[in-house]
Amino acid sequence: MDIFLAALAIVSRWDVIAALLVGSVGGVIIGAIPGVGPAVAIAILLPATFGMDPIVGLTLLLGIYGSALFGGSIPSILINTPGTPVNALTTYDGYPMTQAGQAPRALGLSFGSSFFGGIFAVVALILLSPVLARVAPMFGSREIFLAALLGCVLVVVAHRGQSLAAGALLMFGLFLNTIGMEANNYTRRFTFDLTFLDQGVNLIVVVLGLFAVSQAFVLLVGKDDQEAAPPISGSVWNGVTEVFRNLRVAVVGSLSGTIMGIIPGVGEFTSQFLSYTYARTSSKRPELFGKGSPEGLIASETANNSVPPAAMVPLLALGIPGEALTAMMLSVFYVHNVIPGPGLFRNHMDFIVALYICLALLNILALAFLLVATRPLLKVLVIPNRYLGMIILTLSFVGIYSLRNSAIDCALAAVFGLLGVMLKRLNLPIVPIILGMVLGGIMETKFRTSLPRIRSLTDWIDRPVALAIFSLICIVLLLHVWGLWRDWKGKRHGSIQH
Amino acid sequence: MTDHEHDLSELTHPPHHRAEIVFAVVSFLIAVALALSWSTETQWIDGQAWSRQPGLWPLIAVIGMLVFGAGELAACLIRNLRNGGGDVVAEVKLWARAGEYVLWFLVYVLATPWIGYLPATMIFMTLLAWRLGYRGRALALAPLVAIAIVVVFKAFLAVRIPGGAVYDIFPQALRNFLVVYL
Repeated sequence: MDIFLAALAIVSRWDVIAALLVGSVGGVIIGAIPGVGPAVAIAILLPATFGMDPIVGLTLLLGIYGSALFGGSIPSILINTPGTPVNALTTYDGYPMTQAGQAPRALGLSFGSSFFGGIFAVVALILLSPVLARVAPMFGSREIFLAALLGCVLVVVAHRGQSLAAGALLMFGLFLNTIGMEANNYTRRFTFDLTFLDQGVNLIVVVLGLFAVSQAFVLLVGKDDQEAAPPISGSVWNGVTEVFRNLRVAVVGSLSGTIMGIIPGVGEFTSQFLSYTYARTSSKRPELFGKGSPEGLIASETANNSVPPAAMVPLLALGIPGEALTAMMLSVFYVHNVIPGPGLFRNHMDFIVALYICLALLNILALAFLLVATRPLLKVLVIPNRYLGMIILTLSFVGIYSLRNSAIDCALAAVFGLLGVMLKRLNLPIVPIILGMVLGGIMETKFRTSLPRIRSLTDWIDRPVALAIFSLICIVLLLHVWGLWRDWKGKRHGSIQH
Repeated sequence: MTDHEHDLSELTHPPHHRAEIVFAVVSFLIAVALALSWSTETQWIDGQAWSRQPGLWPLIAVIGMLVFGAGELAACLIRNLRNGGGDVVAEVKLWARAGEYVLWFLVYVLATPWIGYLPATMIFMTLLAWRLGYRGRALALAPLVAIAIVVVFKAFLAVRIPGGAVYDIFPQALRNFLVVYL
C-alpha cells in the first residue's frame, strides 16, 4: 500500500500529468498522420527528454508509443492507408466497413479494441509484477547474456522470409556498437584513425538517421497523393461498446499481444497474425474477414495495442529491450543513471508502479480524446507527404544537433538516413540494426563479467534460469529450421505454406 | 493498399524487390572490406585470454556479417532469377534522388552555428518548400512552421542548440535573449 501511495504521489506531479496529456494526445495525432509514426516521433523527442526526470520522459515517450496505435487506425479505416505500419491489418476490415457506410462503427470498434488491448496488457503487467520481482533477481550476468542472445536469435527468426537479411543487419548493428575506444584495454576498434569515431557511434544518431531522417527522405522523394477522408456521420460510441460483446476475440487478441510483446524481437505483426488467424478460424462468419468483419478489426487492434505495455516487461525486469522503441527508451534510463533490471524492482518499486498507472491513464486519455476529437483530427490527413517530409527533416536536426552540437553527428545521421531509405524501399527490416547495437553492448559487457565464474562451457548453463533460456534458444532454432524445411517442401510441391 | 484479396502472409513476408541485389552486393563487399581490415583496426593483446581480447566482438560481428551477407546474396540471386518485382535502375535512381536532400540538410546544419537556429530554420524551410514546388498558402506557412518548431524546442523544451555567431552584433540584452530562446 505504501508503494502504491508513493507511486500515486509521483503520478500526481504536474510535470507527469503534463507528459501524460501531451504524450497521449500527441501520440494520437502523430499516429493519425500517415508517414510519421511513433518511431519517428520518439526518435525526434528522445534528446529533449534527457533533460526531464526519467518518469516524465518515459511517460511522454510511452504515451506516444501507445496512443499512436489508437490514432493510426483512423487513416487505415477511412482512407485505406495505415497511419503506422502496424495498423496495416486494420485496413483489411476497417476500410471495407467505411465503403459499406459503417465508418463510425469501424472507428468505434477500433478505439474500443485499442483501449481493451492496452488496459488488458497493463493489468497483466500488474499481475506479473510479483512474479517479475521474484524472478528478476535470479538473473545474473550469465542469464542476462543468454537472454540478450535469445533476443538476437528471435529478431532473426521472427523475420521469416528475410532471416538472412535480418541476421546481416543485426550483425551490422553489433559491429556498430564495437566501434570506438574499448573501455577495458583502452584500444581503438575500427576507428580508421578518425578521432570522432573514438567515442563510438551514438545510438541516438543511428536511431534518428534510420527512423526519422530516412522517413523524411522517403517522403521528400515521393509524391503528394493525399486522399480526403469521407465525412463521418453518427456516433462512434456504439462501436466501442460492441467490443465488449465480442469478449472472446478481444481477450485472445490481447493475450496474443501481451505474450508476443513480452518476448524480445517478436512484436506486433506476429501477435496480429496469431490473433487474426484465431478470430477467423473460430468465427461463425469467416467469409467476412477481409471484407469488413468486426471480429477481424477487434483481433487486429487488441493484438497491436497490447504490445507496448507488455514490451516494457523485458526492459524493466532485465534491462533488455525487445524492439526498437523500447531500445530508444533504454537510453532515457541510461542518461539518468537508472539501470533497468533486477535492481529496479528491488529498490524503485514505486517508480515501476507509477509507470503502470501512467500506462493505464494513457489509454483512458487517448480513448477520451478520440471520442471527442475524431472529426477535427481528420484535418491532419490532408497534410501533403512532401511537406511532412520537410517538417520531419527540420525536426530531426533538433534531435541530432542538440545531442552534442556536432555537425559530424548530423552527417552520420544523414548517411544512416540514406541507408534507411534503401531498407524501407526494399521492405527490409531496420529494427535488427538497433537491437544489434543495444543487445551487442549488453552481451559484450555481461560476457566479460560472467567470465571469472566460468571454468568450462557447461558452467554457462549450470543454473536453472540459464538452462531454461539456453533450452529456449535451442527450441527456437529448431522450430525455425523445421519451418524452413516445411516451406521448402511446400515450394517443391508447388504451394507456399504461410 | 489495394482492394485485392488479402493474404495474411503480407504481414510476415514482405514482397521482394529486384533492387535488393544491389543492397546485398554492397553490404557483402563492405563485410569483406571490414574482415580484411580487422587485424589492423583491432588489437590482439599478448598473454590475454581470447575471451577477453578487445578484437573478439568486432570479429564475431564481422564474421556474422560475412556469413549472413553471403547467404542473403545467394538468396537474392535465386529470388531475382525466379521472380521479383521492380525496376533496379529506377530504384537506384530514387535512392540517388534522396542525395539532394542530404545536401539540403547538411547546408542547414552548417549554416545554423553562423546565422542562428531561428533564421536558419526559417530560411531552410522556406527555400525547401519553394524547391518542392509549394506556392501560395503552403509556402507562406513554411516560415511560420519554422518559428513554431524553434519556439517549442528551444524556448519551451530548452534543447541545447547554441546561438548563432551573427547574434553577437546585437546589443547584449537582445543577444542574451536570442541565445537562450531562439
